[in-house]
Amino acid sequence: MAATEDLNWRPRLRQYDVELERLSLPREDSSGHHPLMGLVALVETASTTKKTKLGAKGSKDTVSAPPPSDPLQDPLSISAAADPLSAALLDPLSAASAESSSTFGAKKTEMMNVGIDETFEPWSSKRTSILSTYTTSQRIPITTSFLPSEEREKLETKAQAAAGDKVKNRLEQLDDLEDGSVRETLNLSQVEYLRKIEELNVSLVNHWDNDQRVKALKIAIQCSKLLIDTKVIQFYPSKFVLITDILDNFGYLVYDRIRRKSTIILPGASKPVMLPENFTSDQVPDSGKETCRNWFFKIASIRELIPRLYPSLSPFSSSSSSLFYSLSAWFFPDSPTLSYVEAAIMKCYSFLTNKEYTQALIRLTKMVRGIGDPLVAGYARAYLCRVGMSIAPESRMHLLPNFTDYLSTYSQLNSDHVQNTLGLQGLEMSQYMHLFWPAVEWILQCIAYKASEATLDDVLAKIKENVVSAPVLNAVMNSFKPEYIAQKATMFSDMVRDCEEVGLPKYKLYVSLGNCVVAADPPQKERLQLLNSVWKTVSKLTEPGVRVYQLSCCAEINKNFFQYVIILLFLSLQEYIQCTQVWMEYVAKHFTKREVNTLLDDIIKHMTPGRVFENHYPELVSIINRILAHMTDFHVLFSMDKFLPFMDLLQKDSVKVEVCQNVVKSFIIHQEEETSDPVVINANMYLCKVMHDHLNALSLDDERRQIGNLVIGFLMKVRPLTSWSVQLSVKTSPQISFGRDFEQQLGFFVEARASFSNVDSILVFLIQSVNRLAMETRRRVKGSHTRKTAAFVRACAAYCYITIPSVDNILLKLNLYLLSGRVAISNGALSQGDAFFKAAINSLKDVPQFMEIDRKRQSTERFMVEYFNSFLSTLLTVPDNPDQQALYLLRGLLNGLNEYQWSTSTDCKMRVYINAICLLAAACQERYLYSLEKVDCNDSLYAGDPKLVAEVAKLVHTLLDQVMEHMKGLNTTLELKKRQSHLALRLFASLFAHVELSEQTNMSSLLVNLWNLACKHRTGDGKMLVGYHGVVKNRGARVGGHYQELAEQLSV
Amino acid sequence: MATLDIRLKRANKVYREGEVIKGALVVTSKSELSHTGITLAMDGTVSLQLSAKSVGVFEAFYNSLKPINLLNYSLEISKAGKLPSGSTEIPFELPLRPKAGKKLYETYHGVFVNILYTLKVDMKRPLLNKDMQKVSEFIVEYAPGEKQEEKEVKFTISPQSLENVKDRGRVPDFLVSGKIDTVNCCITKPFCGELTVERSSSSIRSIELQLVRVETCGCAEGYARDPTEIQNIQIADGDVCKGIVIPLYMVFPRLFTSPTLATSNFKVEFEVNVVIIFHDDSLVTENFPIKLSRF
Repeated sequence: MAATEDLNWRPRLRQYDVELERLSLPREDSSGHHPLMGLVALVETASTTKKTKLGAKGSKDTVSAPPPSDPLQDPLSISAAADPLSAALLDPLSAASAESSSTFGAKKTEMMNVGIDETFEPWSSKRTSILSTYTTSQRIPITTSFLPSEEREKLETKAQAAAGDKVKNRLEQLDDLEDGSVRETLNLSQVEYLRKIEELNVSLVNHWDNDQRVKALKIAIQCSKLLIDTKVIQFYPSKFVLITDILDNFGYLVYDRIRRKSTIILPGASKPVMLPENFTSDQVPDSGKETCRNWFFKIASIRELIPRLYPSLSPFSSSSSSLFYSLSAWFFPDSPTLSYVEAAIMKCYSFLTNKEYTQALIRLTKMVRGIGDPLVAGYARAYLCRVGMSIAPESRMHLLPNFTDYLSTYSQLNSDHVQNTLGLQGLEMSQYMHLFWPAVEWILQCIAYKASEATLDDVLAKIKENVVSAPVLNAVMNSFKPEYIAQKATMFSDMVRDCEEVGLPKYKLYVSLGNCVVAADPPQKERLQLLNSVWKTVSKLTEPGVRVYQLSCCAEINKNFFQYVIILLFLSLQEYIQCTQVWMEYVAKHFTKREVNTLLDDIIKHMTPGRVFENHYPELVSIINRILAHMTDFHVLFSMDKFLPFMDLLQKDSVKVEVCQNVVKSFIIHQEEETSDPVVINANMYLCKVMHDHLNALSLDDERRQIGNLVIGFLMKVRPLTSWSVQLSVKTSPQISFGRDFEQQLGFFVEARASFSNVDSILVFLIQSVNRLAMETRRRVKGSHTRKTAAFVRACAAYCYITIPSVDNILLKLNLYLLSGRVAISNGALSQGDAFFKAAINSLKDVPQFMEIDRKRQSTERFMVEYFNSFLSTLLTVPDNPDQQALYLLRGLLNGLNEYQWSTSTDCKMRVYINAICLLAAACQERYLYSLEKVDCNDSLYAGDPKLVAEVAKLVHTLLDQVMEHMKGLNTTLELKKRQSHLALRLFASLFAHVELSEQTNMSSLLVNLWNLACKHRTGDGKMLVGYHGVVKNRGARVGGHYQELAEQLSV
Repeated sequence: MATLDIRLKRANKVYREGEVIKGALVVTSKSELSHTGITLAMDGTVSLQLSAKSVGVFEAFYNSLKPINLLNYSLEISKAGKLPSGSTEIPFELPLRPKAGKKLYETYHGVFVNILYTLKVDMKRPLLNKDMQKVSEFIVEYAPGEKQEEKEVKFTISPQSLENVKDRGRVPDFLVSGKIDTVNCCITKPFCGELTVERSSSSIRSIELQLVRVETCGCAEGYARDPTEIQNIQIADGDVCKGIVIPLYMVFPRLFTSPTLATSNFKVEFEVNVVIIFHDDSLVTENFPIKLSRF
């Protein structure tokens, strides 16, 4: 390539406005009609602008204000109403995941649920909670004949004692000598017991599948027998759950079998099909009915009451002889399984008639009265309700009698039998009562499901007739709709006060009551009384032998409301805090901050001695969350003098930070306008500081980001005003007061910087806010700064200059320098602007070649190229400092380009150089293409002075040299040659656009050479070359002269 | 191997006098089956057994009363021939009519009296092959007749009302009251009633309903009345709550009960006992004779 010595580069003189005129396309007025106008309406909210689609109806409908937007949310998420996917509520995955049980039986029960919706807590969830609550470490006896053979050989055989000789003969006559007659009693630990039950379950299914249904039935009967036994009584509820699983299983098997046997031949079809899922009894063929009847007959002949109740079964065989044998085999004189077995296959009644259920359920309810042991009877009733609920939820007549009967068994609690049991097993009455609790809850839940208020009245009346006991009352409060309970809240609180505390500690009742009144509002006039009475009673809770805190706190007498004195004697703080947690929400919802404050004060006084608050962090956090949910006016919230001391109780870091986050988040969501309330601001600053100080080098990125976002969210809402402008309310003339406002704001930012120096995102926000302040000032003065505003702007620039080095991320730093420089220049602070640019250039050496951006290790080169381009274009607007050399900033930048380590596989540096050449050409014009308003740039300094042009030409030659050198080096492999051509083309293009082609410049030959080089190893299909050629020709045609010659010399 | 089976059209195999029993013989065989005749016999018999009480154990063992034949009907299904392989169905129809002068009693399986109706199919095979047979039982019930009146019986059991008490001092103080809905029971409906334990000084272990059949068989030497238990249903388990009404409910088992029957040769009657068993194993029984009928 030719050296550049004999070149004489001169910039092509441009007339920008003429060119603009020539290039612009014709325009016409759109007459105000826009095709999208009907569909889109712009909605302005206080904080954001959102476009909401209203539908094609028209934009005249008023749009209700959308809820305050959470700035941390994704702005692209649209409201749920418009989202078509969320409209479809059926989610198959969530339905499947609700079945958490592992045994076969429970799953099948779920499948039989018809007519119950999600408001009914299903048995499966209750089941798991019972199994985990009622456990024992004692050994549990199990009597069964169906044990695996190795174990049987180990044990001696024991024949079950018969009730009389006659009966014993029969047993020996009829029983097989197979495994049916050998029954052993083992004492197992709880784990082994569970395993044994599972084995029984499996063997029941196996026998059934192998057509040994008789044996399967025997297993079911023996399992039900286990329910009579109340030794190891603490385990009874869990035992109930396990065994009823097996019975459900069995019931399902029978039902299924009968259904399969009842294949019907639909009219017109030739193949028999099974009955559909919801069949009526007339659809059942005779064979099915017969089988079903057989099963029921079989059960009816089981001797013992309880087994007869639970499973319900019948022979299944088809031939009469086996019918005969199987009937005779059912004379188990000691097999107590009837009740449970009958209930288990209740569903089979549907084969016989459609309306048998209700009758059968009522009959079985009455039968349960025959069970003497109250615990066994209670659970039998619960099972009955459960079966009833699962197959016939619409028949509810049996439910209330069940409950009434249960209540009447209370009189048995003092009987000898119960007392003996308690004595033998070392139980207290309250522990015994505790065992009843799941059964009672279940029965009441069944009653309360979709019940009316009248039902509640009935139930309450029945309870009052008998003894009001704590578990029952608790279950009532938990099951019925909160609205009903809340209506009668005062009555309930009286009942709670008066009830006996057996089986359930009283504070649990208060918690339940609290939950109800929070979920639904009690009548207005009753609210205060309720609060009063509850606290009065809570204060009387005593239990011997525990520390007692005495505190009296008087609230002011407010003539409209109330006066009350709280005397709180507390025993276990656990109870106290549980009650307070629930009732705090009630107070926050219905009362003012004064009550909340008093309550907080109370809690603090309780929690402080002995640092007991450390044990109750979850409750304290939940109290704060509940308060936040209901008090959204932050001025009020923070003005409660006990709020921050309460937060001080949370001394564990992670807990404190979590709570601070919640408060600030809530603040951001609910505070719609900017605030200048010093109380709020100070309090929030304190919280943000806590969060910020929590971050350290080990914090996760995510946490850092989250806290950063929260702090920024808070800072955005702050608009501190001077005190007198607050009083005057903000509508004072902006000219007078705004200056003070801005200074306050800057002062606030300085403070913020001091507090939040650890998080990059906050610093960036602060810097940009300050820049925005400066620009806002400029806007107010409309570009002509007064002395005062100029000083202010300089102060802003100084702030940025100091703060930017604290930012960690080098790329952010560079951008900020550039941005702040622009702001400074546009505000007339020229020396500050220069300082920024110099600092940016100095920082270039700190840019690494590779950085982790977006969690990927990427090269920074792409960013740098864009940055340099941006910088170059900025420099056009920057006037030179007269003390320095012309274009010294540009020279500095070009030198700084060498600081960055360019990669050798790309030619980005050359691209920047080429762009610099373009810039230099633009810098030589008489009038620059663009400039900042009210800022003189170089065109007024030099106005195309030939001396400047000469200087620029020197620079350009240097740059050209560099580029040519580089291109020469790209001459080895084909790959490099391609790059060479590409680069040559670029150089050609920019030179052509900006150079003056004339005798003096001597550029034509260079251009031709470059063109040829570009064509040699061109990439792509050469369309660009054709395009360029076209441009050259056009210009040649238009301007003529050297251009035309050039055009002729080029060939594609 | 080949199988022979009787399949009746009715799933529940219950027939009334005068009806026609329809069904089919089902012969299944893998290969062709040759036979020398298939006959179907319908048989209804009352078999009586002597009770040990009346004539002594050995007499009862060796002798037996002649069974009374209620109906006997034989039908030749097919003369000698061959049946194809696979499953062959040969339908038949038999009228259910008793012998002259006899009445068809209901099917009843008891201890000393057994009323049994069977269908027996005989297939004679040529030499060197065993004959095949199959017996299938069916059930006979009475045709609809007049309904019985319901008769409610109230009862009270207390130490004073007991008979047959050896040592009245040992009897605990108790009072049980109740009622039986009707002692004229329909066999298809359950036996219902209620019972209330008003008070009891000794704790109760169990309350049971015992269904007893009383069979009377006659022979030359005399009649013997034998009560035997059919089933024992527990009504209450453990020490029940005092003062609440406990239901009595018992379903009559199908083959082991039949309507109360009295003929010149034998009698079949039923009774229900309410048994209260106390904690110390002493028991109190109250007896209620009942009359069962089909309608």
